[in-house]
Amino acid sequence: MPATAIDPSAESIGAGARRRLAGFARTLRDNGFKVGLAETRDALAILQSPASTRRSSLKPALRALFAATRSDWERFDEVFDAYWSGTGMRRKTTLSGEPAASAAPLRRLGQAAAPSPHGLPDHVERRAHADGDDAADPGGRREGASRAENLSQTDIRHVADPDEIAKVHALAARLARTMRARLVRRQQARRRGQRLDIRRTIHRNVSKGGTPLDLVWRRRKVKPLRLVVLLDASGSMNLYTAFFVRFLHGVVDAFREAEAFVFHTRLAHVSPSLRDRDVTRAVERLALMAQGIGGGTRIGDSLATFNRWHARRVINSRTAVIIVSDGYDTGEPERLAAEMARLRRRCRRIIWLNPLIGWRDFRPEARGMQAALPHVDLFAPAHNLESLAALEPYLARI
Amino acid sequence: MQITRDQISDRLAQVGYVADRDIATALWLMEYLKRPLLLEGEAGVGKTEVAKALAGVHDAELIRLQCYEGLDQNAALYEWNYQRQLLAIKAREGAGENADAIEEHIFSERYLLERPLLAAIRRPTPPVLLVDEVDRADEEFEAFLLELLSDFQVSVPELGTIKAVSIPRVVLTSNGTRELSDALRRRCLYHYVDFPEVDREARIILARLPGVDAALALQVARMVAAVRKEDLRKVPGVAETLDWAATLAGLDVHDLRQEPEAVHETMICLIKTHEDRARLSREVTERLLGKVA
Repeated sequence: MPATAIDPSAESIGAGARRRLAGFARTLRDNGFKVGLAETRDALAILQSPASTRRSSLKPALRALFAATRSDWERFDEVFDAYWSGTGMRRKTTLSGEPAASAAPLRRLGQAAAPSPHGLPDHVERRAHADGDDAADPGGRREGASRAENLSQTDIRHVADPDEIAKVHALAARLARTMRARLVRRQQARRRGQRLDIRRTIHRNVSKGGTPLDLVWRRRKVKPLRLVVLLDASGSMNLYTAFFVRFLHGVVDAFREAEAFVFHTRLAHVSPSLRDRDVTRAVERLALMAQGIGGGTRIGDSLATFNRWHARRVINSRTAVIIVSDGYDTGEPERLAAEMARLRRRCRRIIWLNPLIGWRDFRPEARGMQAALPHVDLFAPAHNLESLAALEPYLARI
Repeated sequence: MQITRDQISDRLAQVGYVADRDIATALWLMEYLKRPLLLEGEAGVGKTEVAKALAGVHDAELIRLQCYEGLDQNAALYEWNYQRQLLAIKAREGAGENADAIEEHIFSERYLLERPLLAAIRRPTPPVLLVDEVDRADEEFEAFLLELLSDFQVSVPELGTIKAVSIPRVVLTSNGTRELSDALRRRCLYHYVDFPEVDREARIILARLPGVDAALALQVARMVAAVRKEDLRKVPGVAETLDWAATLAGLDVHDLRQEPEAVHETMICLIKTHEDRARLSREVTERLLGKVA
């Protein structure tokens, strides 16, 4: 719907102003706004309108045009002021909460996040996965895992050799994809029981004088299972984080309906970073975000943030929330319990994966763990690949 | 002659909508750039009211499409009137008409039932089309909507293409229960609707409830603003504020400070869950009252 009444090439707007506007559009793009040609053209139209005479009316007009999400909306004023008041912030205005994608990670999450020395680890891995897909027999799907049988039973923290680490991580990513494929198939197999769609049946048979010859069945719409993973990236989880980050990447990559969050003292929504097809880059970016700022884990507070700001959007009636944490919470256990109870009401299942369960003589004695346990549907170990794979039958039953 | 922003502000005031400057700008821009407007914000901030006010401003009809999960084209766009079609078939068969003529007849305009989207593009004067809670509809429907919003024409297989008679003004609202597609976002102007600030909420109360005196309206608005800052599951919206103010006025309360008992008891207008009720205990209510009144 072009604004035909306005001719952007009209002489009434000077070349200088056009250049400034183009610069502004570029600045917005640098700051993550999605600005296309249509927006720039409409912005020119705004500059020619009466709204441009006062800054107080120009700003809201441009904001309505350029912003597309709430976060855009909130950041716009800052970018606008920085650009048009000419305080020199012409380039990227880095704002709080934004991942600095270009900066080098200060601390890698173990060595494992580092790119494989062989270059393209994901390439090999994908091919193996595709082979598994062709073989319809479900036994074939575990083939990759069985080749690395002994690896899958070893506690991740005992794996030291960088090559082995890379293998374990590749397996974690593949596991997530296999899970997805199997879950979908099971859902399809389970579907039965149909109802007649009266309206469509009549419609279809109008041409036959209304005698219902062709029947139309109402398809039951099966919502796919959605996974929301909350990963504890605090210091106490250090040995496992890199492994789970790979698993997370696999989950987000394979499940259309998946969201990932990382928390330590704060909660960060990481699905957008994880959607990057380049594993190395995604994992590195995440490594940066997952860095604790010290001060221990605040599971309760992080869950509160999740419940308040994200839960409504990411949780539906078929959502399983997976929390990966050792349960060492520096916050109040009461708060954690209250937030767990809230979360429990919203989602289908809460699964708590605790890597420490795999340790000998483990008891869930951490106060946070104690507080959370009554609200957890499945409390399971996650110290090796086998324990992760054991999740799948459970998810299939949900 | 295009409408100016100040004219829009004036007319918004005339139809009883208490607007802030930004929303007036957005509504003007809609007109100026001929783009749909996407409103986001929490439940109860008055997104739907904006569309109603816009209809008032342009003195246009408001056509509302409420989205829900599983909404399909039959419910949103058009449907054939099957019962009448069947009756017509029987009647004409009896009269001995041939099949082609019958078919021609039953798939004509007379048997077409307009649903909101088709209605919106077939009005002689441009209406306001409100697509409410678009985030509840499925992704397929969103894609279809996007197509309609860019071409303003629909094709009905049995009838052919129907072009828009007039281009409706489109307002979409979203509660953020699902992420909308980038394409839809880019098609639209965007406005984030927040809870009104105290002063504006007081003016809304006064505009809607002429029986309430100004001092009480201000106290109520302040109190509600304080309640919203508490950690609640269901944050009270503007409609709740109005209910509460009306209740207080009905109970003949003129000063919240004088009657903390009445305040606590009538809180049920604002608080809608058991958990929140427990959280806003008598003590908390009194503490809030002490701060605001």
